[in-house]
Amino acid sequence: MPSNPFTSPTSALSRRGFLAVTAGSLLVAGCGSGPGSQSQGVGGFSGKPYNGPKLELAYWNGFTGGDGPAMQALVKKFVGSHDKIQIKNNTIQWTDFYQRLPAATKAGKGPDVGAMHLDQLATNAARSVIVPLDDLAEALDLSESDFAPSVWGPGIYKDKRYGIPLDVHTIAMYYNKDHFEKAGISDAPTDAASLDDACKKLQAAGIKYPFWMPNQWPAHLMFLSLLWQFGGQPYAEDGSEATYDDAAGEKALSWMREQVDKGYSPKAVDIDSQYAAFKNGKNSITWDGIWQINDLEAAGTNYGIATLPVIGDELAAWANSHNFFMTKQAADETNRANAAKTFIGWMSDQSSAWSKAGMIPARNSARKEGAFTGSVQHGILDQVDHLHFLPPVPGLGDVQPKTLEVAVNTAVLGKQSPEASLSKAANNATELMKQNQQKFGA
Amino acid sequence: MTTTTGQTTAPEVETTLDPSATPSARPGRRRGDDLAAWLFLAPYLLLFGVFVLLPIVLGVWISLHSWDFTLPGKPWVGIQNYRDLFTPGSVTFDPFWNSMQATGIFTLFSVPLLIVVPLVVALVMNQKFPGRNLFRAVYFAPYVLGVAVVGVLWRYLLDANIGAVNAYLGRLGLPADTTWLSSLPEAWIAMVLVTVWWTLGFNAVIYLAGLQDIPKELYEAAKVDGATPWSQFRYVTLPGLRPVTMFVTLTTIIASANMFGQAFIMTNGAPARETRTAIFYIAETGLQDFQMGEAAAASWILTVALMLLALVVFGVFRARGSVES
Repeated sequence: MPSNPFTSPTSALSRRGFLAVTAGSLLVAGCGSGPGSQSQGVGGFSGKPYNGPKLELAYWNGFTGGDGPAMQALVKKFVGSHDKIQIKNNTIQWTDFYQRLPAATKAGKGPDVGAMHLDQLATNAARSVIVPLDDLAEALDLSESDFAPSVWGPGIYKDKRYGIPLDVHTIAMYYNKDHFEKAGISDAPTDAASLDDACKKLQAAGIKYPFWMPNQWPAHLMFLSLLWQFGGQPYAEDGSEATYDDAAGEKALSWMREQVDKGYSPKAVDIDSQYAAFKNGKNSITWDGIWQINDLEAAGTNYGIATLPVIGDELAAWANSHNFFMTKQAADETNRANAAKTFIGWMSDQSSAWSKAGMIPARNSARKEGAFTGSVQHGILDQVDHLHFLPPVPGLGDVQPKTLEVAVNTAVLGKQSPEASLSKAANNATELMKQNQQKFGA
Repeated sequence: MTTTTGQTTAPEVETTLDPSATPSARPGRRRGDDLAAWLFLAPYLLLFGVFVLLPIVLGVWISLHSWDFTLPGKPWVGIQNYRDLFTPGSVTFDPFWNSMQATGIFTLFSVPLLIVVPLVVALVMNQKFPGRNLFRAVYFAPYVLGVAVVGVLWRYLLDANIGAVNAYLGRLGLPADTTWLSSLPEAWIAMVLVTVWWTLGFNAVIYLAGLQDIPKELYEAAKVDGATPWSQFRYVTLPGLRPVTMFVTLTTIIASANMFGQAFIMTNGAPARETRTAIFYIAETGLQDFQMGEAAAASWILTVALMLLALVVFGVFRARGSVES
C-alpha cells in the first residue's frame, strides 16, 4: 500500500532522499505545530473580572456588514468599563477570516479572542487553533437551558466546549409590502398553498416573477431548511456520512425547482441578484438571512419579515450562531487567558444589545429585553424554537461547497434531476467526510 | 551570436591577431568573465532561488504528503496525491480534470482572440490620424483596472435579469434573456469577451512597439517592387513581428491558463462547477481547505502541462522561422 509508506523500505528511502534535498526548506515549513490543545481549566478562571496588569487583547471578527457598528459600540462600552484591558479590534470578511485565522495563530500573530460561526468551531478545535472554555461556562454558570434550543450542543467537540454563543441567526421570508398591498394579500404566506396563492395574485398584479429562486448562496440554506421541514437530516451526527439524498431531500429540492417551473422565478438567477432585485422592488418575496435587516432598512425598501412558510411537515429553519472563542495563544499566558475570558463573559451578557446588529440574542433572558422585543427580527420569534444547526463535524465547512451546494445549483438550474444531483453529491460528501475523519483523527 | 567582431577585451584582441590561437587558450580568460557574470546575476539569482526555485522544490515535497499545516501530523503519502488525481472515480478526479478542462476551454478561445484583435488595434494605432493618442489611451485604459473591478463591473452588467447588457439588447429587439453567467457556453463567451476587452490594450502596446521597430526602408523597398498593402503586411509586417508575436503568444497562453479572478467573481464557478478553472481549484483546495499536498500535486500537473504547451509554441515558431529564412 503506497498510503502506508512506513512499512515500505522503498518509499522510506526516497523520503530520506527528499529530506537531504529539502532539509533547509523543511526548517521553514516544519515549525509552528505544537501538541494539541490543553486541559479544560486554562488559567484557573474564577469568574471574577480580570484584575491583573494592564494588557491589550487582539480581538478578531468578521462583522463587516450592518452588524459592524453594533459590535464596535459594544467593544467601546467594554473598554470604558474595564480599565485593565485594551482591545485591539481587527474586522475581516468572514471568508478571509477562516483562511487567515489558522495561519496567523500558528505564526503566533493571531488574536487572543474572537467571534466565529458555530459550524466552524469543531474544525478550528481539531486544528488546535482554539481552546476549550468549559471553565468559563462553569464559572459564569451557563448551561444549555439558558440558551435558545439546540445552539448549545454544537459548541461541544470531543466532550469539550469551544464556543460561548452570542446570537442565533437564521433565514426568514422577506416580502415587499407595496406589492402585497397591490395584489390584495393581507397576510404573509404560512405554508406551501398560501405561498403559491400569493405568487399567483402577485403575477396577476403585474409582478412577472414574484419569487426568484437562487441557485447559489443562500440556496443551500433554503434547501437545508426545507430538508429539516420534511423530516430529513443532512449529516450523521458523528460526521460519518451525508444523508440528504433521501425522500425528504428530494421533496425539498423538487419544491425549489418547482418555483421555476411554475414561472414564479426566472430560469436562472445569478449570484445575489434575487436579493438585489428584492431591494429594488423587482420581485416580491425572497428568503434570506436576518443579517440583511440593517441593509434593507438603509435601502429604504418597504419590506415585511415573516417566519419561513411550512412547506414540509413542520416548521424548521437552518440556523447558525456567532460564538466567542479563545485561541491557544491567549491560553498560554494566565493573565491573557483570564482577561480574554472576562471579555467573553461580559460580551455574552450583552446579547440583547446585539439585537441592533439584526441578530437574535442567544440567551433566553435577553430575548425578553426591550432591545430585542422592539427589533424587526422579533417578528420571527416563533422560529427560534425550530432552528436547526449543522453538527459539529470538523472539515464539514469545506465539504459542503463542493457537494451539497453543487447539487442545489444544478437541480435549481434544471441541469439534473434533484434525485440524481443529490445522490451524487451525498456520495462524494460521504467519501470526503470519511477522509476528514481520518485526517482529523475522529 | 557567433561573430567575434567588436569584442574589446585585451586578450580578445590578442587571439584575433594571432591566427594560431587555439580554443584551449580561452579558459583562463573565461573564468574572469564568468565570475563577473555570476556577480551581476547574483541579485537576480538570489531572488529567483528564494521565490521561485525553493517554492518549486518545496512544492514537490509538499505534494508527496497529506499536508495540512494546521495539523500536527503531515503523513507521507508518496505519490498518492498524484494517483488520486489520475484515478477516474476518485473524489478529486472529476473536480480537478473538470477545472483543467475549463482552463483549456478558456485558453483555447481567448488566446487566438488576444493575438489577433490586439494586432488589428495596433495596426490602426500605428496610423497617423487626429486623436490618435486618445485612441491609444482608450484601448489601453481597461488594462489598468484590477481583476476585482473588472469582475464586479461585468458581473452586474451581464446579470441575466437585472443587467444593463440584456436590457439594451431587449431595446434593440434582440433576445433579452441570455443567462450570461449561469449557462454554457454563454458564460465562456462572456468571460472570454470580458478578458479580451480587459487585456487587449497590453498586447496591442507590445505589438505597437514591434511595428515601430520594423525599418521603414523595408516598406519603401516593397513599394518600389510594386507590393500591394496586403503583400506589405504579409511579407514585411508579419515576419518583422515574429519575435514579438512569439512573446505575446507565450505570455497570453500563460496568463489565460492562470485565469482565476474572472471566474471567481463573475460566475463563482457556476453552472455547477463548470467554469471553475485549474487555479480556482488549486486555490480553493490549498488555501481554503488547507489540503496543501493535493493542491501542490495539482499545481505540478498544471505546470508540466504548461511547459509542454510552451515547448509546442516554441517549436511552431522555430519551424516557421526556418522556413522563412
